[in-house]
Amino acid sequence: MHFAEAVRLAFQTIRAQKLKSVFSAVGVFIGVAFLIGAWSIVNGMNVYMTEKFAGTLIGVNTFHLRRRPNFTPNVSDSTWRAWRRRPRISFEDADAVSNGITIPVITAWWSEDRGDVEYGSKKAKQVSLQGATERYFDIRNIRIEQGRAFTPQEARGGATVLVMGHDLADKLFEGRDPLGKSVRIHGIPYRVIGVAERRGNLLGISLDKFVIAPAVSPIQREVNPPGVIDALMVKASSEVEMREAMGQVEGIMRSRRHLRPQQDDNFVLETSEGVLDFWGKINRILLAVGPGLVLIALVVGGIVIMNIMLMAVAERTREIGIRKSLGARRRDILRQFLAESATLAAIGAVLGVATGIGLSVALNAATPLPASVSPVSIVLGVLLGAGVGIVAGVYPASRAARLDPIVALRHE
Amino acid sequence: MPGLQEFRTGDTPQPDIVILTHKLARDYDMGGEVVRALRGVSLQIRKNEYVAVMGPSGSGKSTLMNLVGCLDTPSAGEYWLNGLKVSDLSDDELARIRNKEIGFVFQTFNLLPRATSLHNVELPLIYAGVAAPDRRRRAARALERVGLSDRMAHKPNELSGGQRQRVAIARALVNEPSILLADEPTGNLDSATSAELMGVFADLHRQGQTIVMVTHEHDIAAHAARVVTLRDGLIATDRRQAA
Ligand SMILES: Nc1ncnc2c1ncn2[C@@H]1O[C@H](COP(=O)(O)OP(=O)(O)O)[C@@H](O)[C@H]1O
Ligand SMILES: [Mg+2]
Repeated sequence: MHFAEAVRLAFQTIRAQKLKSVFSAVGVFIGVAFLIGAWSIVNGMNVYMTEKFAGTLIGVNTFHLRRRPNFTPNVSDSTWRAWRRRPRISFEDADAVSNGITIPVITAWWSEDRGDVEYGSKKAKQVSLQGATERYFDIRNIRIEQGRAFTPQEARGGATVLVMGHDLADKLFEGRDPLGKSVRIHGIPYRVIGVAERRGNLLGISLDKFVIAPAVSPIQREVNPPGVIDALMVKASSEVEMREAMGQVEGIMRSRRHLRPQQDDNFVLETSEGVLDFWGKINRILLAVGPGLVLIALVVGGIVIMNIMLMAVAERTREIGIRKSLGARRRDILRQFLAESATLAAIGAVLGVATGIGLSVALNAATPLPASVSPVSIVLGVLLGAGVGIVAGVYPASRAARLDPIVALRHE
Repeated sequence: MPGLQEFRTGDTPQPDIVILTHKLARDYDMGGEVVRALRGVSLQIRKNEYVAVMGPSGSGKSTLMNLVGCLDTPSAGEYWLNGLKVSDLSDDELARIRNKEIGFVFQTFNLLPRATSLHNVELPLIYAGVAAPDRRRRAARALERVGLSDRMAHKPNELSGGQRQRVAIARALVNEPSILLADEPTGNLDSATSAELMGVFADLHRQGQTIVMVTHEHDIAAHAARVVTLRDGLIATDRRQAA
């Protein structure tokens, strides 16, 4: 019997026993759907993280001097407590570092908290309130669509002016011109001098709901205790120069804080690598757990198929006897049952692929997760599924093939 | 048998002998107790003979048919089919012989219940590796030969017992086997249908088909030209009769 004949026969048999077939393919279906779905999330997140997230949050060739890491995977309580005991980055630290670096870099102060912004009777809640110095716009690549950024003079003098994000402008002004208008934060009025270009969102969080005011303006009371900042941002013009600058900053900070050589830094220099590191940890967990879950589903699926096939062999003993009496060889019977289990599993796998893709599309539409299906996972899914079917079919099929024709014919 | 040379171990059969068994034996091991179903059956059947095998229940008729049909292998003795010693062939070689040389008709029809008449008749051709269009044509012709050209798309449960047995006969003949074996083919049929079926067998015999048929009914056996009677796994009588 030819292979095509065996597959045709398999389809006939499967069609004749739809319910049982659906049931037996469920394990493979789940395994493959999960494989495709989970893989698409990891895949999408990878692209997102490396291309957008890290760049948006930290910036290219940029590092942040901070008291403690901002992007951290789960850290222990004791580490956390140790971080909280560290001294903050003071204005003096920031000035000393900015003046001490000999590499050509640009630096900016930066602090952030959340709070309300009011305009007339309108109020926007949970706005990102940021205090910064003038180079911040360059470092974070924030382009001004309307108006202007604040000047070094305004920054130094702590003028009550601010630049706002696009979403916030839309919400407070509803299409009217925000420039020159006065908004209030904690009762203190600020003049709107610029609106930033729209940046979109990151994992579903708007990147356009912010205000940026000079770091030493009254906004500092909203974001930090007096005299300290969240971070000093340092942008170099290349990776190499950034590394060099980081070395200098570390030296400056250690000497300012009188750290002895055996003492650890009590501050961090965070780069986009740090963020990616955090993602890498999540990724590794997924990569460790994911294949295990897929494997379990496929093994269970294989066992189900094997049992269904054993039942099928028992039920169709007489059919096997008839076929053998008409000249079917062992390998014909073997092929028939292998084709059947492989086809069953392949159907499960194909449905699993379809569902996995659907899942990924749905995730993309309904959640901020940037899922994207990987072609490799589709190939792997189908191959794994059919492979499971063949492996699971070997034992039942060889049992069928070994049946004695007379015994089989006499079977009720 | 008149005209037949006695066969000794080491001989080869005469050219026109289709079936030759020599001291053929088959023991069944029933958990320590050995059932000797055949105890040395020596039988020669010529081309185009029509032989009825009779004997009481348990005398070894089916065991003999299964051996002759290459569904089973003997415990001792020789079996030659068309000059080829098949008693010591491998499983796959036996399958090939079942496919090409033997047409088997069973008491219980043994049709695939979910398949149409046409597909049932096609089965031996599938295992012979015949391509689909040719297969269908030949299966249709075989069904025509047994008068069932209008029942090709029917499944076994849509057919009467006699029609089912005709499908089984068409299936047995589709590969043009050298022998047609029938183990109590009328066992599940009423007497009118049985008579009809005997008509089909007679036609086939007239067209040159070699037939060996087991029955325990004398009026069925009366259709054959030769009657072999088994008793306790041995041949009791072997005689020709006017058909
Ligand atoms: N598979 C078997 N296992 C054990 N004994 C068997 C088997 N097949 C047949 N026999 C025994 O062999 C003897 C001959 O059986 P069988 O050839 O079927 O007789 P018949 O067809 O003439 O009625 C009987 O005693 C039967 O019980
Ligand atoms: Mg019998």
